[in-house]
This record gives sequence, C-alpha cells and structure tokens, in this order.
Amino acid sequence: MRRLKPFFTFGLLMAVLMLSGCSEMVILDPKGPVGQQQKDLILYSIGFMTFILIVVYALTAFIVYKYRDRKNHKGYDPDNEGSHLLETIWWIIPIIITIALAVPTVKTIYSLEGPPEETKDQKPLVIHATSVDWKWVFTYPEQDIETVNYLHIPEDRPVLFKLTSADSMASFWVPQLGGQKYAMAGMETKLYLQADEQGTYEGRNSNFTGEGFTDHTFDVMSMSDKEFEKWVSETKTDAPELTKEQYDKLMLPGHVKEMTFSSTHLGWVNHADEADYAMKARERLGYEPKIPHSKAAKEEKKKREEEKKKQEESESHGDSHAH
Amino acid sequence: MKWDEFFVTGDPLIYGADVSIVLTMVGILFYLTKFKKWKWLWDEWLTTVDHKKLGIMYIVSAVLMMFRGGVDALLMRAQLAVPEANFLDSQHYNEIFTTHGTIMIIFMAMPFLIGLINVVVPLQIGARDVAYPYLNAVSFWTFFIGAMLFNISFVIGGSPSAGWTSYMPLASNELSPGPGQNYYLLGLQIAGIGTLLTGINFLVTILKMRAPGMTLFRMPMFTWSSLVTMVIIIFAFPILTVALVLMTFDRLFGSHFFTLQGEGMDMLWANLFWLWGHPEVYIVILPAFGMFSEIISTFSKKTLFGYKAMIWSMLLIAGYSFLVWVHHFFTMGSGAVVNSVFSITTMAIGIPTGVKIFNWLFTMYRGRIEFTTPMLWSLGFIVNFVVGGVTGVMLAMAAADYQYHNTYFLVSHFHYVLIAGTVFACFAGLIFWYPKMFGYKLNERIGKWVFWIFTIGFNVCFMPQYFLGLDGMPRRVYTYSEESGWGPLNMVSTIGGFMMGIAFVILVYNIYYSFRFAKRETTGDAWNGRTLEWSTPSPMPPFYNFAKIPEVTGLDHFWKQKQAGKVEKLKAEDIKKIHMPSNSGVPFIMASFFFVAGFGMVFDWMWMGIAGMIGVFGTLIYRSFEYDDGYYVSVEEVIETEKISK
Amino acid sequence: MAHTETHDPNTPLEYRSEIGRLNILGFWIFLGAEIALFATLFATYMVLTHRIADGPALGELFEVKSLLIQTFLLLTSSFTCGLAVHEMRRQNVKGLITWMAITLGLGLGFLYFEIQEFLHFIHEGANIGTSAAWSGFFVLVGTHGAHVTFGIFWVTMVLIQVAKRGLTPATSAKVFITSLYWHFLDVVWIFIFTAVYLMGMVMHHG
Repeated sequence: MRRLKPFFTFGLLMAVLMLSGCSEMVILDPKGPVGQQQKDLILYSIGFMTFILIVVYALTAFIVYKYRDRKNHKGYDPDNEGSHLLETIWWIIPIIITIALAVPTVKTIYSLEGPPEETKDQKPLVIHATSVDWKWVFTYPEQDIETVNYLHIPEDRPVLFKLTSADSMASFWVPQLGGQKYAMAGMETKLYLQADEQGTYEGRNSNFTGEGFTDHTFDVMSMSDKEFEKWVSETKTDAPELTKEQYDKLMLPGHVKEMTFSSTHLGWVNHADEADYAMKARERLGYEPKIPHSKAAKEEKKKREEEKKKQEESESHGDSHAH
Repeated sequence: MKWDEFFVTGDPLIYGADVSIVLTMVGILFYLTKFKKWKWLWDEWLTTVDHKKLGIMYIVSAVLMMFRGGVDALLMRAQLAVPEANFLDSQHYNEIFTTHGTIMIIFMAMPFLIGLINVVVPLQIGARDVAYPYLNAVSFWTFFIGAMLFNISFVIGGSPSAGWTSYMPLASNELSPGPGQNYYLLGLQIAGIGTLLTGINFLVTILKMRAPGMTLFRMPMFTWSSLVTMVIIIFAFPILTVALVLMTFDRLFGSHFFTLQGEGMDMLWANLFWLWGHPEVYIVILPAFGMFSEIISTFSKKTLFGYKAMIWSMLLIAGYSFLVWVHHFFTMGSGAVVNSVFSITTMAIGIPTGVKIFNWLFTMYRGRIEFTTPMLWSLGFIVNFVVGGVTGVMLAMAAADYQYHNTYFLVSHFHYVLIAGTVFACFAGLIFWYPKMFGYKLNERIGKWVFWIFTIGFNVCFMPQYFLGLDGMPRRVYTYSEESGWGPLNMVSTIGGFMMGIAFVILVYNIYYSFRFAKRETTGDAWNGRTLEWSTPSPMPPFYNFAKIPEVTGLDHFWKQKQAGKVEKLKAEDIKKIHMPSNSGVPFIMASFFFVAGFGMVFDWMWMGIAGMIGVFGTLIYRSFEYDDGYYVSVEEVIETEKISK
Repeated sequence: MAHTETHDPNTPLEYRSEIGRLNILGFWIFLGAEIALFATLFATYMVLTHRIADGPALGELFEVKSLLIQTFLLLTSSFTCGLAVHEMRRQNVKGLITWMAITLGLGLGFLYFEIQEFLHFIHEGANIGTSAAWSGFFVLVGTHGAHVTFGIFWVTMVLIQVAKRGLTPATSAKVFITSLYWHFLDVVWIFIFTAVYLMGMVMHHG
C-alpha cells in the first residue's frame, strides 16, 4: 500500500490541475445552442462516469488492502465461487446506468437533426461548405456570393450547412458552435449550427486528408444581422466574379489565402452530384499526383511551402479583404 | 519507376535505418555462420510445427514490432512536444502514425496474444499439439512475412500515409500515389491469411483436442477467451480480406469500389473496414481478459468468481462486437435512427464488460493476494482500463461524440483500452508464463520497476490527451500553433511517452538480466498454478507436452489435486508410444513465395506477382502430394526424456 | 493412432481416421468463413448495384440463355459430385473417378460459358472499370469463378492421388472435402443467380 501512495497523490494532482482548466476548454465553452446541448450531455455523462470510477476504485482499494497476503490473514475462502445476489446486482446497475444515459442521448441526437429549438421558426441561412484539399469553399446560394477559408454568419440565427467534398472525406467542425459532420464527395450531409454571441471562432477539417491536413482550417465570424447584410451587399458590389478557370485552379491540392467572390460555383458544379469534378479539373490542368518520396514530389512540396509563406507574409502585412 | 521512387532517400532518419538494417543483417549472418547455427536455425525453428516454438517466435516478432511501433510513437511525441516544431515534416509524420497504428494492432497486439495462445492453450487443455500443426506453421510464417513486407516500406518505396484506417478516397491512386498504400494492402492481406487459419486451427483444437473429462464448462478462462476470439476471427477476417481485395483492385486494376470516379462509394470502405475493425478490437481484448482471469485467480489463490457469468458476458461481448461498428463514424450523417440504435448497442457492450470487472474484483475478495509482477499488471489493468471503459461509454453517446470525434479525446480513449487492456495483458502473460517457456522467472524487482515506470508514464502520457481533446485538438495533426494553448499538456504527454519507452528498455534489460542471473526453476509449477500447463515440466515441456494425457475431473483440476495432495506421479507402465507430426520447411518456403508475390504487386510488377503466386500454388500442390503421417515417439524415448526411474 | 482405431462398419470411409475427422470439421468451419466472405461481396454488390455512372445498367446486358446454361451445368455438376461420393463410399474407385471426371467436365463447361459471357460484356462496353456497379459484378461473380477454377485444379490433384493410392481414410477424406467445397460453390451460385441475375433483369425490364 505504501508503494501505491505516490501514484494516487500524483493522479489526484493531475486531476485537480486539469479540471481547473476545464472552463477554458473550447468544447466546454460553447457559444451557441448546439454546442450547449452537447456540453450539457457531456457534463451529465461525466457525473455518471465519476460515480462508476469512485465505486470501482473504492472497492479495489478496499479489497486489495484487506485481502493482501500477510501474517494472521483472515477471511480466506478459496472455494468461494460466486454469489447470485451480488452478480445480479452488478448486472442490473450497469443496465440502469445505460438506460439513464441512453434517454438523453437519443433525445439530443434527434434534436440536433433540426434547427435549435429556440430559433426554429426563423428561416435558417443556407451555406454550402465544400472541402477541397486543403481549403474550404463556402457558398451562400441565396445571397449569390462565395468565400474561401472564412465564413460570415449572423448571430442568433440558425445556419444550415450543406456539406460536401470535392475529393477526400473531410469533417466540418467549429468546436465552439457545435459538433462536426463529414463532408463527402458525391454526398450531401446537413448540419445546423448557430452562434449566440458575436466573435471569431476557429473552424477546421478534423478528418485526416493527407499532407496539408493540419492547415485545413477556416475562421467563422459571427456578427449582427445588420453587419451581415452590409457585408453581403458590399461583397456583391466589390468582390470579383468567380470564373470557372479560377475555380478549377482551386481544385488543385494546396493552401490558398482567404478569397471572396460575387458569384458561386453552383452554376457549373455541385460536388454532391458530381464526385469526380475535381479529378477531371486536375486532369484538365495537367496536374499529376506524385509519389511522396520522389524528387518531383519534393520539388512540388517546396513550391507549395514557398507559396504558403508568401501568403502568410502578405496576410500579416494587413491586406485584408472583407473583414 | 525511377530509382528515386524506389529507394526512400533524403532523410537522416531513413539513412540511419538503412545502415542499422544492413548492420543487423550482416551481424545475424555472421553469427549464424561463425557458430555454425544455420542447421540449428532450420531444424529447430524454421521448420518446426511445435506450437510452443511457434508461440515463442510469435512473441519474439511481436516484441520486435512493439519496438518498431514504439519508436514511431516516440517520434510522434517528440514532434508534438512543442508547438510549431520542425522535427518531422507533414508527410513523414503521416507515414509514422499510419505505420504506428497498423503495426501495433496487426503486427504487435495480435501476434503477441496469438503467441501466448499458441504456447498456453494446448497445454491448458491437455493436448499434444494443435489440430493442424502444419497449418499453424503456415499461419506464423504468413504473419511474419506480411509484417516484414509492411516494414520494408520504410526504406523501399515509402510507407503508407493514409492512416491505419486508410479511408477512401484519400487512399486512392489519385490522392495517395505510389507503392506506400499497396504495402498496407498486401502486408495486411498476407498476414490476414495466417490469422484466419489460426482462427480455424484453434477453434478445432479447443473443440476437439481437450483431455478426457475436460468439458466445455471445465475449461480454463484463458482457453474460453481464446475460443470466443477464434470465432470472432473466423467471421471478421473474411470481411477484411474482401475489403482489402476491393481496394487493391481499385488501386491496381482500375475498378471503382471506393473511388471518386465511376460512382464509387467511399462510405462503403468505412463500413467494411469497421465491420472488421470493431470485432478486431475484441479479438485483441478478449484473450487479455482471459489472461487476467487466470492471473488474478492464481495470485488470489482463489477460484474465479462467477465463472459462468464470465463466459456468458464474453459470448455477449462477442455477439455485440458485430453490432456496433457504426459508432466509428456517427458523424457520417446516417440519421437519427441509425445513430440512436448504434449508440445504445455500444453502451450496452459496457454492461457485460462492467460485470467482468466486478467479477475480477470479487475473485480477490476473500483471497490471499500476492503482489507478484503479473498480479500488479492485472491490478493496473483494472484501475486504468476502467478509465478507458467509462470514456468509451461517453464516446458511445452519439450526440456528444460529434464533439469528441477525431480528437485526442478519442486517441486517449483507445489507448486506455488497448494499452491498459491488451499491452498490460501481454506483459502480464509474458511474465506469468515466462518460467513455462524458459525455465526461470523474470526478475521480480526489476519487473516491478518496469510496472511502475510504465504505468505512471502511461497515465502521464494519455491523461492529458483527454483534456487536449476537450480543448479541440484534432488527432493526426503534425503540429499546432502557439496560440492554441496546447503546448504544455503536449509536453507533459511527451514526457509520459518517453517514460513508457524507458520502461520498455528496462523490460528488455530484464530479459537479459534474468537470462544471466535468474534462479533456474525445476518444478514446472513456478507460481503455484491452477491449470494443466503447470503440471508439465519446465523449461518448455517436451515436444509431446504430456507423456500421459491427464484426466480432468473439474475446474482448476491441477490446483485441486495439489490441495488434496494427490498429484499423480508418472509411472513407466502408463507410457505408450506417442504419435507426433513431422517438421516441414514448406510453410516457410510458401510464405517466402507470398513475399515475392506481395512485393511484386506492391510495385505493380505483375510478372513478379504472378511468379510468386505460382510458387505459392506449387507449395500447396507439393504438400497435397506429400503423405507424411508423422512419426511415433518410442516408449523408451519418453521414459528417457521424462527421467523416470524404473 | 490413426491405424489402431476400430470402427462401426456404418461409419463412412472418410470419417474413419482421426485426421480425416478433424480435417472435415476444420473445412466446415472454413466454409463458415467463406460464407462471411461471400456475404461481404454480396453486400458490396447490393450497395453498388445502381451506381452505373456512364456505363450500361447491369440488367441491360444479362442474357437468359447463357445464364441458364451456366446454371444447368453447375447444378448438374453438384449432382454428379454427390454420385461420386456415393461411389466412393461403396469403395468403387472407378465409379468415383468417372463421376468426378464428369463433374470436372461440367465445371469446365460452366467456366467456358462464364468467360464467354464476361467477354461479351466487355465487348458491349462493360468492364471492371466501367462503373462501381460493374466493379461489384465482376468481382463477385469473378470470385465465384475463381473458386470454381481452383476447385477444378484441386479435384484433379486429389483424383490423381486416389488413382495412385487407392481409397484410404486419408484420400477419401480429401475427396469428401473437395465435394463439400464443390457443393458450397453451387449454393453460392444459386444466390448469384437470384441476387445478381434475376434481380438485375427484373429491375431492368420489369
């Protein structure tokens, strides 16, 4: 037992240290009703889990301490094979816990399929989010505008994301607004999110998509309705139109800076219906995938990194567009 | 194909690996030649069909693979220790986590367990060997060759980098060109053949080769867990076989199962993969459960609590294991009904698992607990596995999983299950049966150091990852920004990872130390064991295992005999001649042809693939025409071996 | 062990040795794994069957005549295979070899028509790379065809052994196991007949 002590102390210390940071962890700091529901469910389950851990640890500590082999050992009963009563108890208790967890889980699953309860009579803003290695293209079909790698949304209004991908399977995730969903080529998945506060939230693809996966991110800016409308109308007048040539270039794997357009790509392709568009575009542009260790791949990578660096530099020099 | 595409170049790590591989090879060749060990190697190991020797070879390979996978892990942890590190680039990092995952599951955990099953199960059921000893050798060599094929990708052609799950279309030719992904496909396919054969072999062995009197409900729990595992293998592995074939066709023959073109369906791969992948989790956890049952019972000196409940819960888990695969992709948008159903089945799998935990605890209740190293690992298992278990239930709640998915929360969860479950069991089992295999115990003092360093390191490494997950850190990123604030916890995690590395080194040192200095053990019953394997002599019972097949009268037969002071002594007149299978070099040669075929297909050199397959079929035909009925061990030889005084 | 056992004269020949019994049981279990394998292929096929991209629909190219010939040949071969095992149990080596040879002939006929059919499809513009649906078709039906091919070689090898060694417990167990394999392929074909061809044609024409 003496030997176990440092172990327990250490564990306790770690737990205290980490729990104290809880309030700052993004998943437990949601800024919208979807994330809030998920946080509630998580905290609810943590309660049960803590109970289970305490029971098991207390029992383990008690039994191990009491029945350790020592002089004057008491209560040894080598042929004790089982007990129907005890076993029934520990079949029933987990069943009860499972039911207690299943009910709110199922409720939340169903509730997350639609827009949040409190704003369900509002018409949701529809945004198509398309993942292309390793960027995000956002289309506002009703506003007829398109952005790359950033999003503007009005606060307190549900947003319906229609997710798809031009190539690898990605996962659209804005942790502070709510849980993720996959974006897949030839498929359309739907995800409702909503921001209750103004601010900038980090969003990303969380599903591994190869070399550029780590930087497959975007920013979500939530703003007042008025500001949003203003941004939309400015974009419509100021931003250039998206051409098919330019869009095809976006189909090449790589990173690009944030972009804004006053028209959308939905006129010529919806990747949810046409899974191989990006592959065909790459063919048209003469792009050939390269074996990762070959010289050609290394050169391509070097070029890509230089471009990225340039981009970062230009961004830090404050050439912002529609912020 | 150009040379710069064939040999991996341009990285000091790779050059280091090249040099060390060549040096090791030269060293081995030199040693074998100098000490004239070639014949010994061929006669005793390469051609053996003895389940104990095959088991040891499995374990040795698994420990080597643990080293390889562990180095991968440490490289990853080194890269992630501080934000924006440049130790590894993205491609290299991707390769390393892919090989880490694949190797640890397919080439470390499974062979380690199968190795222990090989050594122990025939002894536990009182059999002279497995049902198909020859097939057992085929199993081992195909596994071994699959592992080797997978491993050479590191220096020739480049490693796979699409993750051990290899989701399509990322793993397709267009997005992951080159031989890397082919290594994954062929390596797993070849090793998978061996696993399926093991499944059939041990199922028949356990069903048909038990000693007289050993009814199903008198079998030791480890044997039971092996039986259930084999059933899962038999139904799960064909799914993997098909999935791999389909992806191989997509990559090599232009089919469109999972591709972007031709209306292929990437979601189908995810489904097939996890239809195998989830049962696979139970393939590597159930034998672990079985081992802990044996060890906890032995060192509490008490019958297992709730023997029948243990079996039923295991059967329930096995059944459930095929009904939960969707929980690996709740975020695919399958709709509320599907997600709800799979949430509930997944949570329900926690019920029998929980029951087992309590049964283990109450096996110790009213026992006399002795804290040997295997027992420490078992206690460590209970304490740590529960953490993995409860977070598993949290992940099972689909609505919450939308937030945990693809984060370090998940990473931490499955390491808590697989390390605290499977790896702890591998260590516990290895130490527990070590005297049976080698005739002496591993040093207990060093062993306890290993346990504490490893267990503390494990918690230091993975506990922070739960919190990183809740803080939104996605898995598989090769670096992260300073502003994310993930730096400190990652540093802690890395320290823990290296502690585990140090523990592994000490474990290996312990093997050397005990080889040199440990007291030799002569009774064959090093731990005051309960089951039949302890009634045989150590080290390594003679190749025929039992001079006289025991008759079993109940659970823990050997223990009860000892308690009653009625252990039978072997008498010369009881001994009859023993029929044994002959050694064969064919499995090794067949596996070598598999290597040729696999290597050819990896590089899309079809002539080589076809040549290799012709070789494989040639060995099959050769074997079919070979009527070798084995041989008989004479009574005199048995008496001589057993040293019975007349 | 194998040689000292005594037997009830009603025990079939192939079950008279320990090894034979174990091998037969093991093979049954292997067939269980084969069921899992084909089930996966069928599921894959079903999921992909409507994903024809720019290629022809599956049912469009299926031909009743070729299908019926293949089915007739394979079903008959299963029957003759049964007769062969019957002859084996009567210790009639000649009968066994004759019926097995007929079985092999029918199997070869089946393969001939299947290959003709595949060539016809390819000629009509449907190969493995045409669409997901055709990938599923060729791999499912092709896997069955590959099994039949393997079976033909296997049975031939076993027959050579019977011819050389006569009917022993060892060779008879081998014959029996190949017969199990052959019947199994027949059962799989019935599923292919229904799930692939009939349903394909009904969906397309009906």
